[in-house]
Amino acid sequence: MHLGVSESMRECEYSQISTRSSTPMETPYKHRTPKRRKWESFPGRNKFCCNGRIMMAKQTGVFYLTLVLILVTCGLFFTFDCPFLALKLTPVIPVIGGVLFLFVLGTLLRTSFTDPGVLPRATPDEAADLERQIDVVNGGTGYRPPPRTKEVVINGQTIKLKYCFTCKIFRPPRASHCSLCDNCVERFDHHCPWVGNCVGRRNYRFFYMFILSLSFLTIFIFSFVITHIILRSHQSGFLNALKDSPASVLEVVVCFFSVWSIVGLSGFHTYLISSNQTTNEDIKGSWSSKRGKDNYNPYSHGNIFTNCCAALCGPLPPSLIDRRGFIQSDAPQLAPPTNGTTMYGATQSQLSHMCDQDQCIQSTKFVLQAATTPLLQQQGSEPVVLTASPENGCSVPGRTSLGQPTPPTSTPSLSCHEATEMLPIHGQCHTHNHSHPLQEPMAHHHFLTPEEMPSPPGMLPCGSPLGHSHTIQAGFYNPASQDSLHEDSVRGLVKLSSV
Amino acid sequence: MAETHSLQDLQQPAASSKVFVQRDYGSGTISKFQTKFPSELESRIDKQQFEETIQTLNNLYAEAEKLGGKSYLEGCLACLTAYTVFLCMETHYEKVLKKISRYIKDQNEKIYAPRGLLLTDPIERGLRVVEITIFEDRNIGSGR
Repeated sequence: MHLGVSESMRECEYSQISTRSSTPMETPYKHRTPKRRKWESFPGRNKFCCNGRIMMAKQTGVFYLTLVLILVTCGLFFTFDCPFLALKLTPVIPVIGGVLFLFVLGTLLRTSFTDPGVLPRATPDEAADLERQIDVVNGGTGYRPPPRTKEVVINGQTIKLKYCFTCKIFRPPRASHCSLCDNCVERFDHHCPWVGNCVGRRNYRFFYMFILSLSFLTIFIFSFVITHIILRSHQSGFLNALKDSPASVLEVVVCFFSVWSIVGLSGFHTYLISSNQTTNEDIKGSWSSKRGKDNYNPYSHGNIFTNCCAALCGPLPPSLIDRRGFIQSDAPQLAPPTNGTTMYGATQSQLSHMCDQDQCIQSTKFVLQAATTPLLQQQGSEPVVLTASPENGCSVPGRTSLGQPTPPTSTPSLSCHEATEMLPIHGQCHTHNHSHPLQEPMAHHHFLTPEEMPSPPGMLPCGSPLGHSHTIQAGFYNPASQDSLHEDSVRGLVKLSSV
Repeated sequence: MAETHSLQDLQQPAASSKVFVQRDYGSGTISKFQTKFPSELESRIDKQQFEETIQTLNNLYAEAEKLGGKSYLEGCLACLTAYTVFLCMETHYEKVLKKISRYIKDQNEKIYAPRGLLLTDPIERGLRVVEITIFEDRNIGSGR
């Protein structure tokens, strides 16, 4: 059990220690929960298919429209126009058409199904660490103005890094938070409803190749359908030509309207690529010389050729969100006495792992906190999340958090039904996005030091030592977890009392 | 309750705290971490050792993201084969990430674990931070 764990720690051996204690109590429950993949508890508003291999935005209606338009137009072209053209002119026409069509389809699917470069949200520890740093900067007063920007100098230009309240990170330069997908995306270009996904660092080149090849395809079809009609008109007159090949009319109409928009878009993106800008930056005029004489794009490589090569042929970074990895929920499904804690175990992300006894103690703490602190306080003291006391910390190297008992709210694992109450709170965070700082909930913060923490009554056998426990560092309270904390502790109380 | 626990009865596993080394965006959007030595590690490890580790990591990431003939070739080949080539082989970036993973494991085994520290591979944190877990060895007996 823990004996072996602490021994190996003392020996200072680096070995992966299993947090699963092989108590006989655990084994009957071991096979209860199937291993879940990380995409199943992804906090953003995305749709996943093929067991996490495919990732799209939630609204995909327009994407299907795009697909239908392309398939129908090309289908009509191959069925009605190509036979005539192949006979009259050359069979190369349908071949080129076919190649273009496949290329368009391939790049479209690649753009739509690829992770655009989503930045995973901060772990609770990271978020707490950032908040602490900001608190230090602000003088550690009770009222904290929300963390907003950090300045960094890149190639001589001062750039402000904004803090994302949803993802709890300072966004890297050029990253932006997509409100539709509710994710921070690296090198965010724009959210394209036509492809049903954001366009960012990882799929920009596919997007560009899609619109470029689609422009060629549209022009190709348009010109050859016109040619077809003209050739037929020579044979049998214009009106008869239209009667013989009615599909051509539809194709011409679709292509005519598409050409302007698609070709225009291709031209625009060619300009963006050659100057190494994103749509976002261009629209805001971030690097426009109108802003100032010294304003220039610090990301540009200097010449058009390098910019193009970098955007289109540069290294493709892998996805940062590991969709198909398994959630490391080591929290075992334990015997009834510790049922109060299993919800935490079930709701944890890949980060916090707790030992069996740890969970029992933590749940007891919650119960006591809920019992001793008033509910739904608006000002003053709110229950402090006690981090791992020396007695409780799990010794698994690299895999423990501070034993933070709260279910991590930045990555809510919705595997457990109880965790659903975190959703409305999370929704609250959505609305207070990067444009509006999350002021109200945060303004009423007050961190209780361990000394201020009301000493819990000795309800349980392990109750009294708790009163004397020292925390390693002050618990960092997550406003979003307040209600869930309360709910969970009440449930814990009910479950514990039911034994 | 079927089971009662007394804190004194429990074995006292080492507690831990975490230090985060943030990204350094001074050179643009490339993956690079700050080499500033965190004060929490002062008692644990040599400043130089730590900086060397971070610098090596930065160099490895720079290698992964380098724009050069090799990466362009790979990009063009991938485009020509409609990216099906990556079904058979890894991208250069992925290869370097594996190298980084091995390097971190190696560093942990040789340098950090003996000092009660643990480096977490930044890729597990979305390349946002280098997370260093500090294990405090507490000799806690039944005196609590």
